[in-house]
Amino acid sequence: MKSLAARRHDRRAPIVLLALALVLTGALYAVLAAPSRADAAPVTTQADAQAGEKLFQANCATCHGMGAVGTSVAPSLVGVGAAAVDFQVGTGRMPLTMSGPQAQVKPVQFTPDQISQLAAYVAGLGPGPEIPTADMVDPSKGDPATGMAIFRTNCAMCHNAVGAGGSLTQGKFAPNLWQTTPTHLYEAMLTGPQSMPVFNDANITPQEKRDVIAFISQQGGTQPGGLDLGSLGPVSEGLWAWVVGLGLLIGAAVWIGAKSS
Amino acid sequence: MSQVDNYQGPTGNLPDGHGRAPERFENPGLPAHKPRLGDVDPKVDKRRQRIVLALFGVSTLGTIGFLVAYFALPTGRDVATIHRSNLWLGLGLAASLLGIGLAAIQWAKSIMNNEEKVEERHPMASRPEVREAAVRNLAEGAKDSGISRRGLLKSAVVGSLALFPLTIAVPLIGEIGGDWNVGKLKHTMWKKGLRLTIDPSGRPIKASDVTIGSVFHVIPDGLDKTPDPLEEKAKAVVLVVRLDPQVVKSEQIPGASYQGIFAFSKICTHVGCPVALYEQQTHHLLCPCHQSTFDVADGARVIFGPAKRPLPQLPITVDDQGYLVAQSDFTQPVGPSFWERLR
Repeated sequence: MKSLAARRHDRRAPIVLLALALVLTGALYAVLAAPSRADAAPVTTQADAQAGEKLFQANCATCHGMGAVGTSVAPSLVGVGAAAVDFQVGTGRMPLTMSGPQAQVKPVQFTPDQISQLAAYVAGLGPGPEIPTADMVDPSKGDPATGMAIFRTNCAMCHNAVGAGGSLTQGKFAPNLWQTTPTHLYEAMLTGPQSMPVFNDANITPQEKRDVIAFISQQGGTQPGGLDLGSLGPVSEGLWAWVVGLGLLIGAAVWIGAKSS
Repeated sequence: MSQVDNYQGPTGNLPDGHGRAPERFENPGLPAHKPRLGDVDPKVDKRRQRIVLALFGVSTLGTIGFLVAYFALPTGRDVATIHRSNLWLGLGLAASLLGIGLAAIQWAKSIMNNEEKVEERHPMASRPEVREAAVRNLAEGAKDSGISRRGLLKSAVVGSLALFPLTIAVPLIGEIGGDWNVGKLKHTMWKKGLRLTIDPSGRPIKASDVTIGSVFHVIPDGLDKTPDPLEEKAKAVVLVVRLDPQVVKSEQIPGASYQGIFAFSKICTHVGCPVALYEQQTHHLLCPCHQSTFDVADGARVIFGPAKRPLPQLPITVDDQGYLVAQSDFTQPVGPSFWERLR
């Protein structure tokens, strides 16, 4: 310390101090400002929207029409918002390869950049739900107990009590939710894809949506018992009991009753 | 054993070549005893013994495995360790018990002798002198009691025997249900001006928040403050949707909806499951129990399944703050048929 104190009148001291102050400010800014920057939704520009329009015309306009106004085979996309595009394209449901009871999950056809360009284009057509930020869908910030109560009331009848999925009418079905990303879960609630109703922010608040995501993030893992048989309840368990269980009992009875050769 | 010795082969009593049946079928008795491979070949017998030994060995290993798993795989608070412990304890227990059972049966089947034995059934009736003595005793007892002479005693014993079953019947019938008030099935807690609130949070619902395509699961305001919230909820739950005016085919009750917002009872008219699978594109409402399907755009008419009546509609409107409220109670009983509502 003594040698430092002796050199404080050195003519190079102000430069060193200035450099130190700059480094400190920069470090502080990096530490304090980084989380809020990560929270922000991906910034889209006019250029993105223009690139998205080109992608749209090449890949989507056949069904949804030029300008996404809809045709007899596909709905208008004006006002569906970026969230709907991110969900439908980001899960591989769109573009549709064949018509059927409902769009199936397929390998994703576009890069994340292209998806955000498409989303920017569609979002520019009319106001609609936006893609949630990472903070809004963070399962660790939700309350799984509240999420369970909301899921049980609003979702469990179609998606099964633990989100294992279930069937609807005429080939339609509610998918399993265990592999769905938190962002896509949020977007599905917000936009109501296909048969699914919309759960807007007045119905299930953003906080409650995060609670539901927290609940789903805890499902589908290891069960305390043995095989969970797909967590489908009485259907798979009954099939197992009647076919495998009863079959083994009949086999045992036949074996006990048969004469030894 | 004598019948086995008398057995004369399968041809003895069969119809002759001209298709005529014999006068009387003789008991063919048991077929001739066939020795097992293990009875004639000592090597096979040894092998069968080894199989039984191996099965007992499986049981022993299962028991040891169970004990090892019990001590070596402690359960923590996480599900993974509980799963691991349950799995290995179960496998050990299964091997332990199944090994004993399979070994015992294999032992009895392949090592113990399998000579056929016949035990003649003895006559069911007792000897004649025993039967006579019993009848005599009964007659003596009846004479001694004087039941034919003393009429009052006779009616007393018949009466008390007839009354006794009441001690079983009355509590049995009484425990079926303490509440015989059928009127409760005809009304719910909905009344004029009561707000519709979101299940389970209890937030009131603004009419403007119910957008086309969305579905709200609804309970009456103040449900938690009722003496028996679950009983009330079981009758009063409602599903609210808003329909595009173009898709509405018919209305169950004219004037019961508010600007395309319809409220229907969630209790299935078949056996009372909560009808809640709503397909927003087809406006169909499905019951998860027996697949009854109701068309919300057509007055909740039944279009598939065992339900007979449409879901009752709750007449709604808005209050001066724009929140959805009930116009009245349901105009008909909700849920399945009961004995005063058979149709």
